[in-house]
Amino acid sequence: MSYSSDLYQQVILDHNRKPRNFFAMEDSTHHCEGYNPLCGDKITVYLKVGNGGVIEDISFNGSGCAISKSSASMMTAFLKGKTIDTAKSVFESFHAMVTDDPGFDQAKSNLGKLAIFEGVREYPSRIKCATLSWHTLISAIDDKKEAQTE
Amino acid sequence: MKVDATIREIDIETVRKDFPVLSVKMGDNSIAYLDSGATAQKPLAVIERMKEFDSHQYATVHRGSYRLGEEATQIFESGRETIASFIGAKQGREIVYTSGATMSINLVAYGYGRKFIRRGDEIVISDMEHHANIVPWLKLCEETGAVLKVIPVTETGEFDESAFVKLLSARTKLVSITHVSNVLGTVNRVKELSALAHSAGAKVLVDGAQAAPHMKIDVSEIDSDFYVFSGHKMYGPTGVGVLYGKYDLLETMDPLLTGGDMIERVTFAGATYAPPPQRFEAGTPPITQVVGLCAAIDYLSAIGMETIEERERELLEYGSDLLRKIPQVRIIGTAPGKAAILSFVVDSVHPHDMVTILDGEGVAVRGGHHCAQPLMDRYNIPAATRASLAFYNTTEELDRLSAAIRKAVALFG
Repeated sequence: MSYSSDLYQQVILDHNRKPRNFFAMEDSTHHCEGYNPLCGDKITVYLKVGNGGVIEDISFNGSGCAISKSSASMMTAFLKGKTIDTAKSVFESFHAMVTDDPGFDQAKSNLGKLAIFEGVREYPSRIKCATLSWHTLISAIDDKKEAQTE
Repeated sequence: MKVDATIREIDIETVRKDFPVLSVKMGDNSIAYLDSGATAQKPLAVIERMKEFDSHQYATVHRGSYRLGEEATQIFESGRETIASFIGAKQGREIVYTSGATMSINLVAYGYGRKFIRRGDEIVISDMEHHANIVPWLKLCEETGAVLKVIPVTETGEFDESAFVKLLSARTKLVSITHVSNVLGTVNRVKELSALAHSAGAKVLVDGAQAAPHMKIDVSEIDSDFYVFSGHKMYGPTGVGVLYGKYDLLETMDPLLTGGDMIERVTFAGATYAPPPQRFEAGTPPITQVVGLCAAIDYLSAIGMETIEERERELLEYGSDLLRKIPQVRIIGTAPGKAAILSFVVDSVHPHDMVTILDGEGVAVRGGHHCAQPLMDRYNIPAATRASLAFYNTTEELDRLSAAIRKAVALFG
């Protein structure tokens, strides 16, 4: 195991190569462009939210590194069919996990497959790559024009 | 040590012992430090000189009339002569101490630009400038109504000189261009460009941040009106840099910062400014850093800038050959006679992933836009990976760079 192989696991490499839900949605109800000025990553997240706040469809497009792209891809796969409230709560957990929040408990979290990004916390300069799509998602839900990582 | 034996001028084993950071371990590997274009490592000569100065000679300058202060002042002031002779300036008083090249450019934009540049005047920069040589001029244009003109860059990464000539007119007040591109490595023909600009009646600033550490600079020959560089990119400390300016021009300029140590006389009715260079050095200056910068200059001079240039040329050739053998690698910047900077992209591997993979192998490079977003746009890439070399690097480190790139290419497929 080299230093970087815990970050670039097969699942992440696969989502980078073949990102899921990777298209601009024509009939979205919400969308937002996220930009990381540090590395130039640009991602737009599209949502179609139906009755009861259910995310009927979700997609993204744009350009970025393997971490930001695979994170966006896995986010869309994970959230399709879930509610906006769930999306917000998953965002909180995901954020807590990658920023190594002492209050974060993997066992009790609702992250499922997204837990694969846990290794990102060892790479402080890459945390924003993993969270860009999530920040963009939240801004889209809140109908903001554009999102930036904090 | 196969190829290094052919470089006779530098005893690489000895040189590497001069730089303690080069023996730092990254996991199982020694670090292969290939980011000197961002900041260069310091030799012991610099580290120890600063320690010695702080331990036995430190006092503030231009104030105390006690012996310790007078000696510190003398050391500090004599640094101007050291720097002047290093870059071919005629007199020490043409050397203004700043915090770095960024501040030097801002000082000219403020002290010269705001005083002499008017609505409708034109400032010429280029596609290959660092943000430090773009944003101060954008701001100046915004404030004065002057117009920014940009010299285009060819595919190989050179100035389109015929386009430059066409940009010049009686409206051109200032041409501000880089000597060596921090991304492309291109060494620009600043002497010729300076002459062209002068014939149009414009003043010329040359950004030497990437040039001063790597080649013999002669500002008298280049004949630019201003020349700027930073200490930390030339093996000295952070927090110190230089603005060289022709003295008669410096005399016409306003200070950027005002306060103590830059005045002749202050009353509540007004103040008169000290002559240059003091006029531009308000507040307590970076005293120990100036001493460190001068130690770096002495160190470089002892090796010889021509020797350094030759060694880096050989390293660049060796590294370029290695990278050209990797089919997926596209080198950005292929101008003949370029400096030892190797920027590249691989379609399947984003630069940030490349940097992380290389770091895993102990190879330190930079990925990103390199504070040159317009240049990234020019090449239609979001970012690039850059290995920037220094004379202390080895062919073995370049072998490791190449192997690590191959590993990343294989991983991302």
